[in-house]
Amino acid sequence: MTVFEKWSEARGREIIAAHEALEGATLPILHALQEVFGYVPREAIPLVAGALNLTRAEVHGIVTFYHDFRERPPGARVLKLCRAEACQSMGADALAEHAREKLRVDWGGTTADGRLTLEPVFCLGLCACAPAAMLDDRVVGALDAARLGALLDEAGRR
Amino acid sequence: MNPRLFVSRDAGALALGADEVERAIVLAEQRRGLSIEIVRTGSRGLFWLEPMIEVATPEGRIAYGPVRAQDVEGMFEAGLLDGGPHPLRLGRPEELPFLKRQTRLTFARCGIVDRLSLEDYRAHGGFRGLERAFALGAPAIVEEVVGSGLRGRGGAGFPTGIKWRTAAQAQAAQKYIVCNADEGDSGTFADRMIMEGDPFSLIEGMTIAGIAVGATKGYVYVRSEYPHAIEILRRAVDIARGGGYLGAGVMGSPHAFDLEIRVGAGAYVCGEETALLDSLEGKRGMVRAKPPLPAHKGLFGRPTVINNVISLASVPIILAEGATAYRDLGYGRSRGTMPIQLAGNARYGGLFEAAFGLTLGEIVDEIGGGTATGRPVRAVQVGGPLGAYFPRALFETPFDYEAFTAAGGLIGHGGVVVFDDTVDMARQARFAMEFCSIESCGKCTPCRIGSVRGVEVIDRIAKGERGAENRKLLVELCETMKLGSLCALGGFVPYPVLSALTHFPEDFGIAGGDAEAA
Repeated sequence: MTVFEKWSEARGREIIAAHEALEGATLPILHALQEVFGYVPREAIPLVAGALNLTRAEVHGIVTFYHDFRERPPGARVLKLCRAEACQSMGADALAEHAREKLRVDWGGTTADGRLTLEPVFCLGLCACAPAAMLDDRVVGALDAARLGALLDEAGRR
Repeated sequence: MNPRLFVSRDAGALALGADEVERAIVLAEQRRGLSIEIVRTGSRGLFWLEPMIEVATPEGRIAYGPVRAQDVEGMFEAGLLDGGPHPLRLGRPEELPFLKRQTRLTFARCGIVDRLSLEDYRAHGGFRGLERAFALGAPAIVEEVVGSGLRGRGGAGFPTGIKWRTAAQAQAAQKYIVCNADEGDSGTFADRMIMEGDPFSLIEGMTIAGIAVGATKGYVYVRSEYPHAIEILRRAVDIARGGGYLGAGVMGSPHAFDLEIRVGAGAYVCGEETALLDSLEGKRGMVRAKPPLPAHKGLFGRPTVINNVISLASVPIILAEGATAYRDLGYGRSRGTMPIQLAGNARYGGLFEAAFGLTLGEIVDEIGGGTATGRPVRAVQVGGPLGAYFPRALFETPFDYEAFTAAGGLIGHGGVVVFDDTVDMARQARFAMEFCSIESCGKCTPCRIGSVRGVEVIDRIAKGERGAENRKLLVELCETMKLGSLCALGGFVPYPVLSALTHFPEDFGIAGGDAEAA
C-alpha cells in the first residue's frame, strides 16, 4: 500500500525544482508529483507552468492528455485491470464486469470506503499469461474468477 | 563451487508467482544450511512453463516448470540441485521443441544470462558488435545495417539503415538516438522481455547507432505500464556507465554517448514516432506531419534516429556476425529474424524468434498449439489493435511484411493474439473503434470523430438497424479514415474493423458467405 503525502506548496516546488533542468521536463515533473501526492494537484499546475515557461492552459492540457495523470487522489490501493485484446481473448471482459459490480465502481472510480481505485489499462505486456492485472506495483497474470476474488479481498483489507 | 539456480524474473514470470518461488528457494536453502547462488535472469519466453527455474549441472542446465512455491520443498527433496527427477523436470531447455525450432539472434541471451552482469553479457558475445563498430567507422556501420536488410521492428517495417544514413548525412551540432519502447500493442511483449532480460543489448545497439550517425545523446522512451523494465533499464544504464560503456569515452574510444530513460504516461499514440518525440519534448503526444522527417528535424528540431527496441537490440548481432549472416535468413524482402509473440488464447504462449516465412497456420497451430481453452481457433489478430483479424482460411499466409499487406493485414510488431470460437467479431470491431476514440491524439478529424461514429455505426448494426445501409456506411467510413488520417492510428484501425466484417460477416448479421453484401 502506498502512502501519499498531502499537498504542500513547498514540497511541490521542491519536486519541480529537482527536475526542471531536464530537457523536456514536463512529464518527469508530473510523474514525480503524482508519485508523491498520488495525483497531480490542481494547485501544482501554475507552479509547473511558471517553472517551464508554459501557460497554465498548456500544462492542464498535458495533464489531461495522458491517461496516467490523476486529477484527484486515488484510494489506498490501485487495481489496474487490462482491457486489451489478448486479455479479452481469455475472458477479461467478464472478470472486469464482475470486479465493477463487486466494488460498485466504474472505471477510474474509488470504492466508497476509499480503499481501492479501479483503473483500466490497455496492455501490461503480459499477453502470454492473460488476463492480467496490476495491484499497486505487483503484476498478476492468468486471472480467473478465484484469483480475481483473492485479489479483490486483498485489496479491500486495511 | 556453490550450486547455481537460475530464476526467471521477467514480469510475466513474476505475474505467475516467481517472487514466491524465489522466497521458497531461499527458505529451503536456509533450512538445509546451503549456500546457493541465485542468478536472476529474464525469461526464455515459454510462458506456459513460467515460473521456470534452471539448475547448472555438469551436463548443462536442467529446467523445471511451471514451479509453484509449494513445489519447491519437494523439488529439493528430489535432488533439484543435481538436476534430479521430478514431475516438473523439463530437461535441457534448449531441447524443448518450442526453443529448439527457433533461431535466436536478438534473443540469444534472454533468459540465460544474469541480466545485470556486464561480465555475463561479455561472456555471451556482448560488445563484440560495438568493438567491430569502432573498427569499421561511421559510414561502414551504416552500410552494414543497410546491407543486413533490417527493417523497423516496431511495425512500419521501414529500412533501419536508410533512417541511419539520412540522419548521418544531416548536419547539426547535436543529434539524438531515441529508442521507441512504447510497446502498446496488445499481444506484444518482445520489447519488454529484452529490456528486462538483456538490457545491455539495447544499450549496445543504441551506442552503435550513436557512433554511426554522430549522436552523443540517447533517450529510451518506455511506457509507464512496464515498471519492471524501467527499473532494470535504469540500473543497466548506471552499470554500463560505471563500466565505461557509456559516457565521455565509450570503451576508451574518443566516442561519447550517454543515455537517459524516460517514462511515458499511458498514451497509446505515443508509440507513433512523431507523437513520441513531442511527448519527450514535454508536450501532449500529438502526431506531426512528415516531412520534415525525424532524421532531419526530430527531437527538439534536431536530427534524430528513432527506432524500436528490437530493431536497436538486433544491431549488435548484425555488427558482430556481419550483414550477410543476417540477410541470408528470411523471406522475400523481409530479412533476418522476427520475434513472434504468441498471445491471448494460445496454448503455448510466448516468444518465438524465427526467420521470416513461417505460415500463420504453422505459428498458431503447430507452435502455439491451438487455443489454451481447447476450443477451435476462430480468429487471430496479428499486429496489435490496428492489425487485421485473420480467419483460418488465410492461415497459409507467410509471415512476411509484403505477404501480410497483400492479405489485407500487417505484421506490425509481431504480436499474434489467438481467439477461440466464442469470440464475437462485431464486438472486436467495435472495440477497435472504441480504442481508437480513446487513444486518438485528436489532431485529425477522420481519426478523432470517425472512430466515435464508427462505434455508433457498429452498435446500430448489432441492433439490426438498417443492416445493409449501415454496413456500407461503415466501409465508407473506414475508407475515409484510411485515406484521411495522418498516422497509423486512424489510418490502420480499418484493418481490424474491415477484416472482421469481411471474414466474419455472420457476426454482423449477414448470412454466411454473403460478405459482398457488406
